[in-house]
Amino acid sequence: MDNDLNHKEINRRNFMTRSAKAGLSIIAACSLGYGFYDPTGPAKYKKNQEITHFPDYSVNAAGDQFCVVNGKERIKTIQLALKALGGIETFIKKGDKVLLKVNAAFASPAILSATTNPELVGEITRLCFKAGASSVVVADNPINDPAICFTLTGITQAAESAGARVVLPKKKFFKPTTIQGAELIVDWPVFYKPLQNINKVIGITPVKDHHRSGASMTMKNWYGLLGGRRNIFHQDINNIIKELAMMIKPTLVVLDGTTTMITNGPTGGSISDLKETNCMIVSTDQVAADAFGATLLGKTWRDLPFISKAQAKEVGTANYKTLKPGMISSG
Amino acid sequence: MNIVITRRISQCFFLILFFWFCIVSTLGEHWWQLRGWPVNWFLELDPLVGIGTLIATHTIYSGLIWGVVTIVLTILVGRFFCGWLCPFGTIHQFIGYLSHGKKSIAEKKGLNRYRNAMSIKYWILIVLLIAAISHLIYYPAQITHNNSWIFWCLLVIFFISIAITATLKLLSRPSKAVAVFSSFLIIWIILSIWFPVEQITIGALQTGLVDPIPLLYRSVNLALLPLVDKTEFSLSSYERLYDGAWLIGILFLTTIVLNLWIPRFYCRFICPLGALLSILSRFSLWRIGKTQKECINCDFCEMNCEGACEPSGKIKTGECILCMNCLNECPEDLIDFGTSPSEAGEILSPDIHRRGFIVSFVFGAAAIPMLRLEGSVGSNWNPHIIRPPGSLKEIEFLSRCIKCGQCMRICPTNIIQPAGFDCGFEGLWTPVLNYRIGSSGCQLNCIACGYVCPTAAIRSLTLDEKLGKNNYFGAGPVKIGTAFIDRGRCLPWAMETPCIVCQENCPVSPKAINTREYFSAIKMKSDLTIHNYAPDRVDFEGSPFAPESFSTGDYYCAIHGLPDELPKLIIKNTSSTLTIASTNPWQKTPAPMDKIDILIRVQRPYVNPERCIGCGICEHECPVKGQRAIRVSPENETRDREHSLLLPIKRNQNQSLKGGA
Repeated sequence: MDNDLNHKEINRRNFMTRSAKAGLSIIAACSLGYGFYDPTGPAKYKKNQEITHFPDYSVNAAGDQFCVVNGKERIKTIQLALKALGGIETFIKKGDKVLLKVNAAFASPAILSATTNPELVGEITRLCFKAGASSVVVADNPINDPAICFTLTGITQAAESAGARVVLPKKKFFKPTTIQGAELIVDWPVFYKPLQNINKVIGITPVKDHHRSGASMTMKNWYGLLGGRRNIFHQDINNIIKELAMMIKPTLVVLDGTTTMITNGPTGGSISDLKETNCMIVSTDQVAADAFGATLLGKTWRDLPFISKAQAKEVGTANYKTLKPGMISSG
Repeated sequence: MNIVITRRISQCFFLILFFWFCIVSTLGEHWWQLRGWPVNWFLELDPLVGIGTLIATHTIYSGLIWGVVTIVLTILVGRFFCGWLCPFGTIHQFIGYLSHGKKSIAEKKGLNRYRNAMSIKYWILIVLLIAAISHLIYYPAQITHNNSWIFWCLLVIFFISIAITATLKLLSRPSKAVAVFSSFLIIWIILSIWFPVEQITIGALQTGLVDPIPLLYRSVNLALLPLVDKTEFSLSSYERLYDGAWLIGILFLTTIVLNLWIPRFYCRFICPLGALLSILSRFSLWRIGKTQKECINCDFCEMNCEGACEPSGKIKTGECILCMNCLNECPEDLIDFGTSPSEAGEILSPDIHRRGFIVSFVFGAAAIPMLRLEGSVGSNWNPHIIRPPGSLKEIEFLSRCIKCGQCMRICPTNIIQPAGFDCGFEGLWTPVLNYRIGSSGCQLNCIACGYVCPTAAIRSLTLDEKLGKNNYFGAGPVKIGTAFIDRGRCLPWAMETPCIVCQENCPVSPKAINTREYFSAIKMKSDLTIHNYAPDRVDFEGSPFAPESFSTGDYYCAIHGLPDELPKLIIKNTSSTLTIASTNPWQKTPAPMDKIDILIRVQRPYVNPERCIGCGICEHECPVKGQRAIRVSPENETRDREHSLLLPIKRNQNQSLKGGA
């Protein structure tokens, strides 16, 4: 009898324990159900309209400056040009963190001039460090395979031996961005990583023929900061170039007209596409630089709608002569 | 009333209800058609659907909350769903009864004994749930980056608790606890360093492959009812076809035929829902058990045991599906459904051992990242996969779709079809549009697929949203693709034959297909030189053409070498005379010896990609019936911006648009 009672007691306890556990499980199930209940279902995709401001990288004290140096040797012409603008120290101060936005779009050797000349990248890096820059980053989002582009163009080697760091694009280095006043760069992935934690931007690019827009110069160079399916912007090329110019207010632009790609741009591919034009243009005004660059392609700025569009948005002036350009010959 | 008879009535009721819901999943206005019948109720009661979408999307969509009811009842009384409700289980039980009902007690006991392989269903469940949950690893991995203080706090707590347990000797084997916890920490740190945050980490819901309720819906919707539709009792006005239905049908028949070998084969060995409910029934308050340990060992209780849970000895509680046969059969009335555990003992835990768990975990966790290596949700997306209107972006779509086939059944035009392996293995049996099958394209004013979708993989659109009206005017209509004309196959383009069936059938207003007129000179055997002339007639010598061959209204004539003169419509012809419509008189009067060209006028179609919504009616109607001359691909589909084709262009209404006038 005792045994039986004992047994009943065990069963009773067993039941109580189970009830407690079952009760807890039921509470857990119900609260999960309540917490995650979604009567309406997933929402429609909402555009990320948050405006991104990239800081103004220009140096106010330096004012608007523009200089063209004639000569064949890039190292010499860039040095002379910067000297004419008051020395690189005017633009790069001690401790500055500099981004050099090069054009490394194609996996083609430097001699074909489809990409930024590595010597020029090396020299500007060196000058930045000389002026006291604490770091120099070289970046682009190329069209061909990034690693191969940077290696084959010689830019990686030149930049790294001068002490700069190359940032290759990775998916996570892009962020959806909306630019104020833009209609195309709205919720669009921009290569923000190299623009993070820097305070100076120098755009360095060669003068090239471009079949769609007429010319690829300093403003078009910012295309390499776009990610995603950016080639759909070719449906409205002049406006995207204008918006790119609105997006980045650079410290300086260097437009390398030592060799100009006259035909078959922007890829080139043959020495016969090139012409010696022996100019190095350095400017604080990207519109002015491009307006001058147009002349190297045998055009005027009026032939290139993106220049007037950028001017209308007060990005700069197409009439570079008002900037009292220094025209120097390296002899 | 006998409990077993009650159970049978319940099973029959729910089986009939299930078939009824399948039958009423037809679009129409009759009372027996989709008019608010809760056709998804079984899917919603199925907690595997709810839990699967919960871990894959962190939400329980609408009716899936019914799963909580099943879970709560299962926690209280055990697997009633399997034994009393599940229509798939009822079918298996019935087939099993037909195949084995007449066998001897010993044979039946053999059939209904527990087998080790019955634990396979738990491994299947783990693989499927881990495959859906794998992206959750992302969250702990991110903590070390975003909220590293949580990590450091845990670390400090860890060391303090080690210190405390070591000093107070709380644990019998502290070194083991330290080892387990440290390995957990190390895995966490490794994950947070290496775990990629990209699409590869997102899980995909694959429970629908073997979850019995979606499986049964799919099989009935796509392989059984279409057979009925071919008979006198057709539920659809149009013969329904399903691409790859044979595979769905064969798999269904296989699950049925397996009952001839072992009754309730699917339930016992494969069913992941059964496995889930078995785990949930662990603490059930009421359960089957013996009221005394010893009995006469007649084994009657195991003769018809549906769950193979062996009630005569230590009952495997998790396997019991409450068929109550043992209760009924026991000659001594020693089996009871009550609150006390069986006097003969219980085996509570399902047969899940650690090694098997780790193997299933690894398989589940690796499966989706490996499938994603195909890139089918990224740059390698298949340009032939068009999803129904309102479908989510592919990766989110795959974390919701349970392959139940409800959208395929409801689609009034039968164009929603089960995918094969075209959109990756994980896309098997998900809905894709096929404009060759069916009665038309995607109907402009139809939103049935999103309405019926139980998991919102296809969002429930309003007509306003689908058509881009009222509040949705700014967003424009929901596009599922864009039509492209294959000019090498199109009759007016390639063969100078009038057609434009596509333009006429385009349901968008203004139309997304425009035409441009084009005149093309017919090659004649010899030059047509004017013999005689009247204002509305030209005569030629001999019989250069067949009578009435140019009077179809598509033929025109013009004086050769005068490109500016508008061609004149031919309204009648004999073998030597052309009669010309008077509406368009000659500018330059033809003279004898002038040469006449006979021209055919074709209207060549152009698609306006800004207006085209991809409904595919043009593709369906195209008279080039093999490879259609106009075909839709998912370019510009609303659900994924990465598939957009055009920049939004500001235009005035009166400005000419792309693709012709």
